[in-house]
Amino acid sequence: MRFLARRLAMLAGSLLVASFVIFGALYLAPGSALAALSGGRALPASSVAILDQRYHLNDPFLEQYGYWLDGVLHGNLGISITLRENVSTLIGNRIWTTAGLVLYASLIICVLGIALGVLAGLRPGWLDMSTLVTTAVTAAIPSFVAAIVLIGVFAVRLGWFPALSSGTGGGFLSDLRAFTLPAVALALSSLAIVARVTRAAIREEAEREHVQTAISRGIPMRQVVQRHILRNAAIPITTVSAITVASLIAVSAVVETAFSMNGLGAYLVQAAQSKDLAVVQGISLVLVTAFVVVNLLADLLYAVLDPRVKLGARAA
Amino acid sequence: MTAQELIRTARLRARFIRWPGRLGKTGTACAVVLAVAVLAAVTGPWLAPDNPTLPDLQLAWVGPAAGHLLGFDFEGRDVLSRLLAGAQSSMLGPLVVVALAMAGGAALALTAAWRRGAVDAVISSGMDVLFAFPGILLAVLATTVFGAGLTAAAVALSVAYLPYVARVLRAGALRERNQPYVQALEVQGASVPRICLGHILPNMSRMIVAQATVLFGYAMVDLAAISFLGLGVQPPAANWGVMISENEPGILQGYPLPALSAAVCVVVVVIAVNVLGERLLEREVTR
Repeated sequence: MRFLARRLAMLAGSLLVASFVIFGALYLAPGSALAALSGGRALPASSVAILDQRYHLNDPFLEQYGYWLDGVLHGNLGISITLRENVSTLIGNRIWTTAGLVLYASLIICVLGIALGVLAGLRPGWLDMSTLVTTAVTAAIPSFVAAIVLIGVFAVRLGWFPALSSGTGGGFLSDLRAFTLPAVALALSSLAIVARVTRAAIREEAEREHVQTAISRGIPMRQVVQRHILRNAAIPITTVSAITVASLIAVSAVVETAFSMNGLGAYLVQAAQSKDLAVVQGISLVLVTAFVVVNLLADLLYAVLDPRVKLGARAA
Repeated sequence: MTAQELIRTARLRARFIRWPGRLGKTGTACAVVLAVAVLAAVTGPWLAPDNPTLPDLQLAWVGPAAGHLLGFDFEGRDVLSRLLAGAQSSMLGPLVVVALAMAGGAALALTAAWRRGAVDAVISSGMDVLFAFPGILLAVLATTVFGAGLTAAAVALSVAYLPYVARVLRAGALRERNQPYVQALEVQGASVPRICLGHILPNMSRMIVAQATVLFGYAMVDLAAISFLGLGVQPPAANWGVMISENEPGILQGYPLPALSAAVCVVVVVIAVNVLGERLLEREVTR
């Protein structure tokens, strides 16, 4: 419990600092907020005064940060300059596309990556060699390259999946079909990395003395694998899975753009190009929060897997 | 420097310099691939047979022809020339990211390991906060503030990689810090910068090279992704990431060669770097 409390406090602390960094960085961005609000038109002095007051434009930096943070805590992220809508609403409309994509890809990575790694680790031979070579190649394929190749082959040539997906809303099965290519593109290189690390972890555990002893004492192989190899290899496997799953959150921007999906990441990129600062701030904050929370969950998982972590030592 | 130390450092150097000879067949192949890529990056603009930025719309999407091995791109520019000219920014970008991240990471790691206590705690928690920003997100933020371009993206990525580098190097620096030779130097009155830069850092060089190699692959993929998003190198400048992005419509229209050839360049270099980096890291662990 104390472990959990300490980690939660750290989480809150780093989120606070992160929010300050995000707000501060965009505060420094060139261009006046007033010009952005008015769309570049010259405004009468009375309107300028109203806008100044409404958006606290003349207050000192720290007070502006305070207003913004207060809004954030109440779910108010400001107003998008290009779309004239609440940023929270805009994010709410898109968050499920991104969440679905990242979850789908994480599922692919954890199931296929770990299964492939365990198989290759336990069975040296041609399967192992071919896994090593294939994963070395796929680990180097950037997600957007995977995306355009998948579109070219499975959407254009074969027509099995839609090339561009507009997001959620067509029933579960059609969503699943629309999300499959993007999720595979997002998962591919991470899957290879997870498989490689899993294989190495299994191989290392299998060569340890306690496993050799268990085998020589005639304990059934199935039990040796489950209780002695997998249990011990679980820690490095969890570490690499957590790191790669967390990294998907940012990379989803690239895949969403490639597939013209209506997700948070693609919207972030559009907002960055059109200098819609409130949107950039809001989405950055959401993505950073998601990233930190996934890492927290991974840390809690270590504590379950390895009791030493709870006592203050860090997982190696 | 005592005689013993001289021997020790000389031995370390010798081992360090000999490593290319022991990379095995795959490793040597990767080193050759990298050497070719570096050569293209250095001499590419002069080697390019055609003008890499001059469009000729009549030749758009024309396939391979005599003298134009890879055909023409969406604006009718020679793909091979563009690949050669684009090697420079595609290789230089990750190099800058790695150099900045390693320099910053090493400085922070050495400071943390040397001073320990409060300084170490401050640096470590600063790194923990920075860790919350994924590389691509930080690059998007930086390009919003400073405008799209390779410089903003590269600096942002190097900042995002700092915590990873600093964490690994700090562990290595702490290990060196507790070695008897450091205590011996302290007793002899050697200055702190001298011990850190002249003794600890060289002893960590293998670890640094291994980390830098691995990081180069990540930097290359991330920078290409940022260029693909339109926030990095700006067209019409030649760059592999830009080439993939601008020729993407060709894939849908049945002219995949321009985009794919740029993608293959990225993938091949990243494979080479990853395999080499893995070898070097393994050696670092088993040392």
